[in-house]
Amino acid sequence: MHLMKTLAALTIGGVLSLSATAFAEDKIKIGVSYPTPTHAWAAGMNWHAENAAKRLEALYPDIDIILVNSPDPSAQASALEDLVSVNQIDALVVLPFESEPLTDPVLNVKKSGAFITVVDRGLSQPGIEDLYVAGNNPELGRVSAAYMKTRLKDGDNIVVLRGIPTVIDTERFDAFMAELEGSGINVLDHKHANWNRDDGFEVMQDFLSRFPDIDAVWAQDDDIAIGVVAALKQAGRDGDGMFVIGGAGMKETIKSIMDGDTLIPIDVLYPPAMLATAMDLTVANFKSNGPVAGRYILGATVITPENAEQFYFPDSPF
Amino acid sequence: MSDSAHDRGVQMKLPRFDIKTMGPAIALILLCIIGYALNPAFASEGNITNLLTRSAFIGIIAVGATFVITSGGIDLSVGSMAAVIAGVMIIIMNNVVDTFGAGVTTVLIGCGCSVILGLGAGWANGFLTTKGKIEAFIVTLGTMGIYRSLVTYFADGGTLSLDFSIRGTYRPVYYDSFFGLPIPVWVFIVVAIVGWILLNRTAFGRYCMAIGSNEAVARYSAINVDRIKTWTYVIQGLCVSLATIIYVPRLGSASSSTGVLWELEAIAAVIIGGTVLKGGYGRIGGTILGALILTTIGNILNFTDLISNYLNGTMQGLIIIVAVWLQRGDWGRARRAKT
Repeated sequence: MHLMKTLAALTIGGVLSLSATAFAEDKIKIGVSYPTPTHAWAAGMNWHAENAAKRLEALYPDIDIILVNSPDPSAQASALEDLVSVNQIDALVVLPFESEPLTDPVLNVKKSGAFITVVDRGLSQPGIEDLYVAGNNPELGRVSAAYMKTRLKDGDNIVVLRGIPTVIDTERFDAFMAELEGSGINVLDHKHANWNRDDGFEVMQDFLSRFPDIDAVWAQDDDIAIGVVAALKQAGRDGDGMFVIGGAGMKETIKSIMDGDTLIPIDVLYPPAMLATAMDLTVANFKSNGPVAGRYILGATVITPENAEQFYFPDSPF
Repeated sequence: MSDSAHDRGVQMKLPRFDIKTMGPAIALILLCIIGYALNPAFASEGNITNLLTRSAFIGIIAVGATFVITSGGIDLSVGSMAAVIAGVMIIIMNNVVDTFGAGVTTVLIGCGCSVILGLGAGWANGFLTTKGKIEAFIVTLGTMGIYRSLVTYFADGGTLSLDFSIRGTYRPVYYDSFFGLPIPVWVFIVVAIVGWILLNRTAFGRYCMAIGSNEAVARYSAINVDRIKTWTYVIQGLCVSLATIIYVPRLGSASSSTGVLWELEAIAAVIIGGTVLKGGYGRIGGTILGALILTTIGNILNFTDLISNYLNGTMQGLIIIVAVWLQRGDWGRARRAKT
């Protein structure tokens, strides 16, 4: 009996001392908050973020990264409160669900003294974030149009398949049209295919029935492009120098570019790894001797057979 | 007996009184005329074939939904069910391809699993509704969420893709034709005919209508209400699995965005076709026209740039409401004597 008590006391003491040393170590805690992935691009983002967390924690033993994803804006607001009160974070990396409802919660985190990094979707009030990391939607449209101009000539016809009607889609589309202006390339029509393979297939089928002469397709997104390619092959109109440009950087598309596919000759990157980039920069704020605060707009890199390997992650879900 | 003979007599003499049942057909013809006027390419053989093939998915699912709705139920889970069945089919086929090769056997195994899953998922909906005594709306709302998150989980948030070697074998099921009509259209026709016979020429069909009209009276009339209602969900599940079998070869992939809102499209097709949402009266022929109308609207909107893309939903909504109004409006019925 006495022995048991001693053992118990020893165990409890041991646990207490262990946790005491853990607290004493004073780790730098970084909270990462983003929407629960519901589509392939976001799943890729999640995968890259998890990998970045493992890599950074292995590299710096005193860095502790807490990944939290939330299914809706109010859940994300609660998650931010928990990160402050429970985890007592020193820095926050946040990809807000929506700008408006999350501006105040992020501001509260900032009041706790944490370093704030905002990713992709800006807050509705300027000056809250120390660091801003985002993809470049207008550039994605512009780069795609610039490639079209190198392949097509005055009088050639293209059709455009757009995404879900949102600001992202409008920015991409407007920049695409602006770059194309004056080139003599006709945009026969543009319809929303909702970043979705099935819609891409059906809209393209209808474009093919409606327009006998199409020279190229801007699908804006790799999922839409897959539907477009299926429709082109069904109609037997995938030859004659026809090409389709998607966007985002899906692994299957990048693989086929590496293999020299001519139907989808290039892809334009909207990096699913941008959350990982933001985490790297946030850690650098604590570890680097150079300043990191500021705005980082990632390039809409053109992926070609030459550089495709660098963007190919076969284990990612996207 | 004498009643139905009387009805037929009236129909033959005065077919214009039949505007209620002709509503969906009139709406479809009007749509086709508008489509042709906007762009003659609408009537091209290629476009008509595309239209019919596209209608097949929603159409087949809607035939099943006609039974469920006629007997007073509702199934909101069909879109998610199609997505999860497509996902599981793809996983199974990718896994057995090493054992059985990329031939017909693998495809048949995939299709067999699809049918089993469809029957099972439908039975689960039916069992929970009848034996569990939970409202169909709640049961199928629950299973809708379950199936949708399952497919997201299986795909790890991304997309499940069919092995390229199997695609060659399976692809013809969507893309090939038989006597000038694509195979999905044939499947649609067969499902429609079987559905029509089942609803209009069998005791089962009459039981469905009886239960939908008044469940209590049906029960007192010695109809096994629970069994019949469960069967309607099983039929719905079978229809979903058939639609999935012809859907998968199209793009060879399934993701969390597969089949989104198919449940509402299927229900809309059924109601446009003249079936009553609260049950008691169902029409398979109308359902098929309803499915064609829904697909045609989308097709026409892709054929014109007269209307802003942002207003597509408005046009679809208006046409659906008008198509139903065509058959629900009074249309001089008040003049007919009611006995």
